[in-house]
This record gives sequence, structure tokens and C-alpha cells, in this order.
Amino acid sequence: MQLPSIGDLVFLCFVAITFLGAVMAVGLKNIFHNALSLALALLGTAGIFVFLHSEFLALMQVLIYAGAISIAIIFAVMLSPPISLKPKKRRLSKILVSLCVSALVFASLAYVFIKTPWPVSPDPDAGDYSVVHLGEVLIARYAFAFELISVVLLVAILGALVIAREEPGEKAKQTFPELEEERWAP
Amino acid sequence: MIYNQLLPYLLVSGVLFSVGLYGILERRSLIGILIAAELVLNAANVNFLAFGRFMDVDKAIGQIYSIFVIGLAAAEVAVGLSIVIAIYRKYRSINIEKLVKLKG
Repeated sequence: MQLPSIGDLVFLCFVAITFLGAVMAVGLKNIFHNALSLALALLGTAGIFVFLHSEFLALMQVLIYAGAISIAIIFAVMLSPPISLKPKKRRLSKILVSLCVSALVFASLAYVFIKTPWPVSPDPDAGDYSVVHLGEVLIARYAFAFELISVVLLVAILGALVIAREEPGEKAKQTFPELEEERWAP
Repeated sequence: MIYNQLLPYLLVSGVLFSVGLYGILERRSLIGILIAAELVLNAANVNFLAFGRFMDVDKAIGQIYSIFVIGLAAAEVAVGLSIVIAIYRKYRSINIEKLVKLKG
């Protein structure tokens, strides 16, 4: 039996980190823990990106995804039940149905992945992976996508501000709904 | 050499997608669903980069698609979280089973 190389071990470590984070992100009951596990899964994916020769994307993943997006979600801790509160049980039937559906989807995906004869290039490491080339292509040939994403981000920021703004007449209600347990979602 | 083949990356992205799908179906909390949707988008990123590396194409194209997806995810989270906050103001809850106002 052939011993796995160092590269294989590191790759499998990153895959394990990603899977652990992903499973914890949907499996744990507290939203705060879910958000932290999502950050773990995203960091593991950044490691996988390095194996795909996309160092720039790995950097962006850490900066934007693990940095900004997870932190934005962690703000949602304001809406999460206090950790001291006992978490609600999830319904078993719902868990079983969701498990069946996602397992079926994964089985069909894996079948397609394995059965399709992908036209893999003989030397995948050939070609220009550099950031210089990436920037040139992004500004020249894919300039439309570049401009489109800037407009989308601008509109999303403005839209988020408008949606989350408090109505002028609306007063913050001074209640303590933390005491009603049933409104927290599992 | 596991990391020099296409198939492991595809399977990783398949697992991420399935876990995200499970979360979207099973969670009752709006923010939990948002987190699971991030996992699905991440699976798409892994797929784009894997095909960009192993197919005979310009190596920048897969990365540009991924940058596009990351930008869209940032916009999605911003709008999604503000919608969650607006819903919380109205219903004092983020449990999707309480949002029944549009039910016929």
C-alpha cells in the first residue's frame, strides 16, 4: 500500500475542517455557534482554494467571507435565544425528510460526477494563474461582469439600509419577549 | 496524489451542497437558513475553481466566476439580514413558522 504524501495529508485536513464546520453550521442548535462554525467551514474552503492554485481567491475568501460575511451574521446574535435557555427539540420527522432529500441529491450528484468522462486537460498546472493575468482578463474581457457586480453591491447596500430602517412613526416596544420561550426557532 | 485529480474536489463540493440543502430544509430559523445558503454558494465556488483548474480553459475564467459569486453572496447577506431584522420588528420572532400573514 502506498503511503499518502504530505500534500494529500494537508488536503485531507482542509477537507475535514470544511466538513466539520459545515456539519456544525447546520447541526448545532444555537445560532451563534452556527455562525462561528460557518466561519470555520469557510476557512477550510480557503485552504482548498490554495490547492486549486487560486491564492487570490483564497485571500478574498478569508477577507470577505470569513471576515465580513460571518461577522455580519454574528450580529444576528442579537436575535438569538440566550445561551442559558434550553434549546428546543427539533422534530424528528422533519429531520428524517430533510436527510433523505439531501442524501438523494448527493447520491445523484456523486453518480454524475463519477460516471461522466470529464475532458480533463493532460497538464492542469500549465497556464497562467497569476493575479496579473486575472486582473487583465477581469478588466478587459469580463468588464461587464465587473461593472455589474459593482452596481449590484451599491443597490444591495442602499436596499439593506432602506429595509432595515425604522419607520418614522414606529416606536421601539419596551417589552421583554425573551421570557416567552416558544418564539425562538430551533 | 488525491489533490491532483478532479473527482475529489467535485465530491467535496457535492457534500457541501448537500449539507447546505439539508440546512435549508430543516432549519426553522431565518438566520439558520441564511447560513445554510452560504454553504451552497461555497460549494458552487469550489466547483467553478475545480473545473477552471482541470479543464483546458483560460485559468482566469473560473476565478472570475468565483469572484462574482463572492460579491453576490455579500450582497445577499446584506439584504437578507436587513429583511430578517425588519421581520423581527414586525413579528418579534425569526421562526419561519410564525410568518403566516400571506397564507390564504
